[in-house]
Amino acid sequence: MNDQLKYLTRRAASGLMTRREFVGRAGALGVSAVAATTMLSSAVKAAGPVKGGTLRMGLQGGSTTDSLDPALSTNQVSLMLIRLWGEPLVELTDDGGLQGKVAESFEASADAKTWTFTVRQGLTFSNGQEVTAADVAETLDRHSGEDTKSGALGLLRDIANVRTDGRNVIIELNNANADLPYLMADYHLVIQPGGGKSAPDAAIGTGPYVLKDVDMGVRIVAEKNPNYWGDLGNAETIELVVINDNTARVAALQSGQVDLIDRVPPRTAGLVSRAPGVTVASTAGPGHYVFIAHVNTAPFDNQDLMLALKYGMNRQELVDKVLFGYGSVGNDSPINASYPLYTEFEQREYDPDKAAHHFKKSGHDGPVLLRTSDNSFPGAPDAAALFQQSLAGAGIELEIKREPNDGYWSEVWNNKPFCTSYWGGRPTQDQMFTTAYLSSADWNDTRFNNEQFDQLLIAARAELDTGKRTQMYADMGTILRDEGGLICPMFNDFVDAYTDKLGGWVENVNGFALMNSYAPLRMWVNA
Amino acid sequence: MPLLVRLLVQRIALGLLLLFLVSILIFAGTIILPGDVAQSILGQSATPEALANLRRELGLNDPPVTRYFHWLGGVLQGDLGTALTSGQDIATAIGKRLGNTLFLAFWAALISVPLAILLGLIAVRYRERWPDKVISAVTLASISVPEFLIAYVAIFFFSVRLRWAPSVTTINDSMTLGEKLHTISIPVAVLTVVVLAHMMRMTRAAILNVMQSAYIETAELKGMRMFNIIWKHAFPNSVAPIVNVVMLNMAYLVVGVVVIEVVFTYPGMGQYLVDHVSKRDIPVVQACGLIFAAVYIGLNMIADIVSIISNPRLRHPK
Repeated sequence: MNDQLKYLTRRAASGLMTRREFVGRAGALGVSAVAATTMLSSAVKAAGPVKGGTLRMGLQGGSTTDSLDPALSTNQVSLMLIRLWGEPLVELTDDGGLQGKVAESFEASADAKTWTFTVRQGLTFSNGQEVTAADVAETLDRHSGEDTKSGALGLLRDIANVRTDGRNVIIELNNANADLPYLMADYHLVIQPGGGKSAPDAAIGTGPYVLKDVDMGVRIVAEKNPNYWGDLGNAETIELVVINDNTARVAALQSGQVDLIDRVPPRTAGLVSRAPGVTVASTAGPGHYVFIAHVNTAPFDNQDLMLALKYGMNRQELVDKVLFGYGSVGNDSPINASYPLYTEFEQREYDPDKAAHHFKKSGHDGPVLLRTSDNSFPGAPDAAALFQQSLAGAGIELEIKREPNDGYWSEVWNNKPFCTSYWGGRPTQDQMFTTAYLSSADWNDTRFNNEQFDQLLIAARAELDTGKRTQMYADMGTILRDEGGLICPMFNDFVDAYTDKLGGWVENVNGFALMNSYAPLRMWVNA
Repeated sequence: MPLLVRLLVQRIALGLLLLFLVSILIFAGTIILPGDVAQSILGQSATPEALANLRRELGLNDPPVTRYFHWLGGVLQGDLGTALTSGQDIATAIGKRLGNTLFLAFWAALISVPLAILLGLIAVRYRERWPDKVISAVTLASISVPEFLIAYVAIFFFSVRLRWAPSVTTINDSMTLGEKLHTISIPVAVLTVVVLAHMMRMTRAAILNVMQSAYIETAELKGMRMFNIIWKHAFPNSVAPIVNVVMLNMAYLVVGVVVIEVVFTYPGMGQYLVDHVSKRDIPVVQACGLIFAAVYIGLNMIADIVSIISNPRLRHPK
């Protein structure tokens, strides 16, 4: 079989090409329809998970300053390491539902104020110790205690009490929350022996791999955990190399030094996908690039000025020119179709006349100052320049101030009244709104303070009727879209790439990039 | 000879004073930078409580002067402290990185220094003729192109197209020397190209300067071969400026190759330093700064001493 045919067969077998398409393309290579069908069925049989081998990946975002303590994890590489060695209580399924990991099952009391998680029977940590309910309780305590540094603290604030009863962990909340299990899927909250209190960075958990050779920010080698309970982890060894430079990462994939990379720059993704044996996979997700204004600060406290800016944004142009099509238009709400209870509402379009009308009505005079930097999101300065152009079409002057990357997150974001930024998104509406739009939120980076919105958010948490909840979230989305300080022009896709040495990529997995960071655990190395 | 010893002691004392001043400068620099360690470590996911807890734990609430002297006390006892961000022992972490940096610098220097001097000698031998012009044109062109571009072009041809050597040059302890050398072959080649021109031009200029002297003419009249005259008579007398420029370039190979390290994902000091600067990890930045300064000052001192030894006029100052 020649290479071209081999490639087609593999694509068809892994579902990237329809059977009809395959037979047609194989025919073009001089293979009869009957032979092609036989070829395909044997390939499908062979395409099941292959055990063993070494899976090599090159990821962006790691740094020598990273810690193995999951509480301090902030980037893609440290997230990936947590996935290798540890597991949270529950995890998202591909379509955004939930499945048990350390917890075998979970259930709520009728008022959604008390939740019971049952620890999986016979589960052991990689050091051989059995997982108990106390380990779970201690883990939650470490991330929510008085002196914690955990990035998950914000999620756990509402917990009143955690107690154990045999294999059950019982979590009592101050306020009802129908989404509590989603919070437990947060990657910081992997279960560690004794809660990781004595050795937070020991990397001992219940995950499918055990870290063997760790050089933070450089290279990490992990080997299969022989006592892993589940079916994750096909490769015997996983080698992770941190390659922060975009060009270097793509070159490493093209030259076959790694077989899986994340963050293919959208600008070059088209070129990369044309290389033989390389597949670029684009996954829609909840991540979005934003222009955020403090609506309690002049001049952005002026509703008409905000509307002028919103109507002055050419969203499609930004998707085309900044994301190169690897994304979708936003609608000034942080929620898109990747959320479970999403309702579509009318798309806000670029309308220079309306923008000019609202601008005039606002009575604002002079330019509007926008701050941006290269690292606020990839292509942010270009996006700002395009925004400047589209606003100029409505007679509004935008002044762009370029800020240094260094210190942007501490000095500009959540600090200055109007700037560019990004959000990675959250698994549920409740989490996204609670994190950034509740008036008391830690990262209320638009200084949004709307009583009705806050009430709806709290009420929705306790609402177990899905229909009513969906309506509540739709109403909140409308409030935010019309009165909020968020201008959301686009949702960015995750753009990853792998070579044909690997099989098992699944399209459109909910969550983070690289199949919610499970790609190396679910893919396999073709023999 | 006691004069030479006194000179050496003087130089070393001056070097130490310089290092001390450098450490103050670096500390002041990291204080002036906007943002603080706690915020940088926790990033976008920082809550006010988490920030306050981390600040207290890292001792960031002490005044800067106290922190500086605390650190200086440690360094004088040979303790570089622990990294604020990862809690690792700095000396251990740097030791490994410094080893990698020196490994790369050593092989780049081993190839580039003799090559540059040889090319310089050839350029002098055939001055104003085509070998001289070709050497000058090629080396000047290579120094004018930014090093990351040379690196990308080299990666494209030698790694992606021809697959001779890897573009990801993450070396580790489990590799043999041969594997390591194969791994770093492209970065070594790129570094050689980058530092060649400077040293070659200086060799050529310094020797040409000496070639005007009367004793060279005498040697020529004796009927010596041109290359022998250059090698035996002109070169020893122009060693001082050449050593100076060689040392400057070696210092560059140790402290200035961060761009190459990033492009080739090489686990050296540069990348290590940059990671910690962006997280405001002051103890690590200071330790790296101190080592870089020490390398720079040390190599320059060697250059000074070599020029003094090689030149009798400097050895016996009036």
